[in-house]
Amino acid sequence: MNTLNTDLQSNILPDEWTMILRPKRNLLDINLHELWQYRDLIMLFVKRDFVSKFKQTILGPLWFIIQPLLTTIMFTIIFGNIAGISTSGIPKMLFYMSGIVGWTYFSTCLNDTSQTFIKNASIFGKVYFPRLALPISVVISNLVSFLIQFVFLCLFLAYFMINGSDVSPNLLVLWIPFLVLLMAGLGLGFGIIISSLTTKYRDLTHLVTFGVSLWMYATPIIYPLSEIPEKYQLLVIANPMTPVVETFKTALLGVGQINYFHLLYSFCFTIVLLAIGIIIFNKVEKTFMDTV
Amino acid sequence: MSNVVIKIENVSKQYRLGNVGTGTLSHDLNRFFAKALGKDDPTMKVGVSNRLDAVDGRYVWALQNVNLEICDGEVLGIVGKNGAGKSTLLKLMSRVTSPTIGEIKIKGRIASLLEVGTGFHPELTGKENIYLNGAILGMTKKEISSKFDEIVDFSGVKKYVDTPVKRYSSGMYVRLAFAVAAHLEPEILIVDEVLAVGDAEFQKKAIGKMQSVSRSGRTVLFVSHNLTAVEQLCTQGILMQNGMLTMEGKVHDITSAYKQMSVDENELRRSGTRVIEFLEYKMTNMNGKTVDEVFLGDDFMVTATSKANDKIDFCDMTLDIRNDSNEFIGHINNADDCFEIKNISKGNITTVAVMVRNICFSPGTYYISLWLGNSYGTFDYIENCIRFTIKQGDKFIQRPYPFDKRAKTVLQSTWSFK
Repeated sequence: MNTLNTDLQSNILPDEWTMILRPKRNLLDINLHELWQYRDLIMLFVKRDFVSKFKQTILGPLWFIIQPLLTTIMFTIIFGNIAGISTSGIPKMLFYMSGIVGWTYFSTCLNDTSQTFIKNASIFGKVYFPRLALPISVVISNLVSFLIQFVFLCLFLAYFMINGSDVSPNLLVLWIPFLVLLMAGLGLGFGIIISSLTTKYRDLTHLVTFGVSLWMYATPIIYPLSEIPEKYQLLVIANPMTPVVETFKTALLGVGQINYFHLLYSFCFTIVLLAIGIIIFNKVEKTFMDTV
Repeated sequence: MSNVVIKIENVSKQYRLGNVGTGTLSHDLNRFFAKALGKDDPTMKVGVSNRLDAVDGRYVWALQNVNLEICDGEVLGIVGKNGAGKSTLLKLMSRVTSPTIGEIKIKGRIASLLEVGTGFHPELTGKENIYLNGAILGMTKKEISSKFDEIVDFSGVKKYVDTPVKRYSSGMYVRLAFAVAAHLEPEILIVDEVLAVGDAEFQKKAIGKMQSVSRSGRTVLFVSHNLTAVEQLCTQGILMQNGMLTMEGKVHDITSAYKQMSVDENELRRSGTRVIEFLEYKMTNMNGKTVDEVFLGDDFMVTATSKANDKIDFCDMTLDIRNDSNEFIGHINNADDCFEIKNISKGNITTVAVMVRNICFSPGTYYISLWLGNSYGTFDYIENCIRFTIKQGDKFIQRPYPFDKRAKTVLQSTWSFK
């Protein structure tokens, strides 16, 4: 009887309350408008990440460049010179670096967002703001470091071109913003799904770190897509990051395969993943404080 | 009738006990199948008042069937013991977690201060943290900028505003954090215990700020164990006990009920060598009838019977009277009336009657502690063993409205024109 009355009231005066907190809400009741209201907070989180990362370091933002550079040198020595894996005639340094820069953005997004709930439990436990603000700010602050690395990569590329290497950046570079979006979307999507699941099952945190580094080997970073034996082809193509990385490299270096059908697949994959991610995240964020 | 801005309907919140990490998957599967088959959740106990000490359940209700309406501009104090569910209630309202059952309806922008300095980053400067913390609490960058100077002034850390907060003293840190929070301007403000920070001067400032917030017509919900602060700030109050809302009303009624509850639950604190000890004590009116209520200006008797367990040369007896905030208000000693208790032989039982004349403490609740001892030490001391209430009446003073509670004593006066 009582509930009936309440329902009636809320039907008559739907606008009376600004907010109704209920045990369960519709799965699709996602308040993106509220997220927009908190855009200042997102930008302040980005600034916080950026500032706190380089406080009390001597080299500061140079670290953004040192990391991919050292990894590139490592890869050149191990995979290029010792293992002798083909790079389709592209200078080895350039080949590895372009793959690493793209991959790093995706993997840092995934790693960092997958810790959202656990790392921020103390804030989340004390104050409400749209929880999605945090993973989104992570993606944006990683974007800043990606851009710095990308500029560095372009300088590197220019240097090789002046020295007469056979690389040809082409009009496909216009795809790059789209590719970056896909990388961000995939990283964010996987990240928030994992972070939602880790509130209950901590096992996943152990899986993520090495899982991501294993995943890299299933993506054409250290080898060109064309070199993959027939029987593994399906596995590599099923990986939504493959078309993204491959297109990224082809655009910058001019050598590689571009398959718009595969890109479309990655795009659809990203959209579905993000949708699922946001729904799960949205469901978990309401009560995760009780289980985390 | 004023406008209801928060309506809590039948809200309950359940928590799981023990280690959530183990066996969860099996629990979850269990639940899932039960749900799929349309059965009740096998892992959930409903309607059992299982508090933390109940061992049978794996679940505990931190809140049960809470119903409450809070009106616009009300300043509501929430009191209760640790674990009574106060903080859980605030957490639900500030959307940190969701209720298990029930609904909370809120009208207007809400900001909660469950902790000061949420999200402060030690590496960032004071200024950067003001912006970050302000934004976390729900302000926009513009709002913070417009209040920035005020915040810095209030915190008193102007000189250090460009220094990373990790170099701040803990006092400075807390003051800065509170300053940000104090300048929020939501329609509803939720505050949990944050006044317990900083030195006395800052606490005064903080209470002042809170009062001005409440005076500006905003709704404030305030949880604190500091009953004086609650009484100063709030007009209305609720009392929580074991996850249930047990009382609702004027703040003074609530705090005195809470104090009473604490006294009832504390065992009598008793100390001394017991060379001589109290057997029984009572408070009576002048007709010898036991009472726990007197009118202002009345006389009353306290009678104490004690037994000597050894021979005693001389002994003093005192009555200490404290009010419900545990302030020492009155002191009575046998020497006041040149009365001597001496040469008591072993096994003797003595009854002493003390008449207190014209009691003139401000109306309220009082506690008498009894002491027996001498210059060598305490024989028997029972704290707050007699509780009584003083009512205003019209015998001592004639004003037709209640006496001002801030005053501790009532003075009789005679007025005339000259």
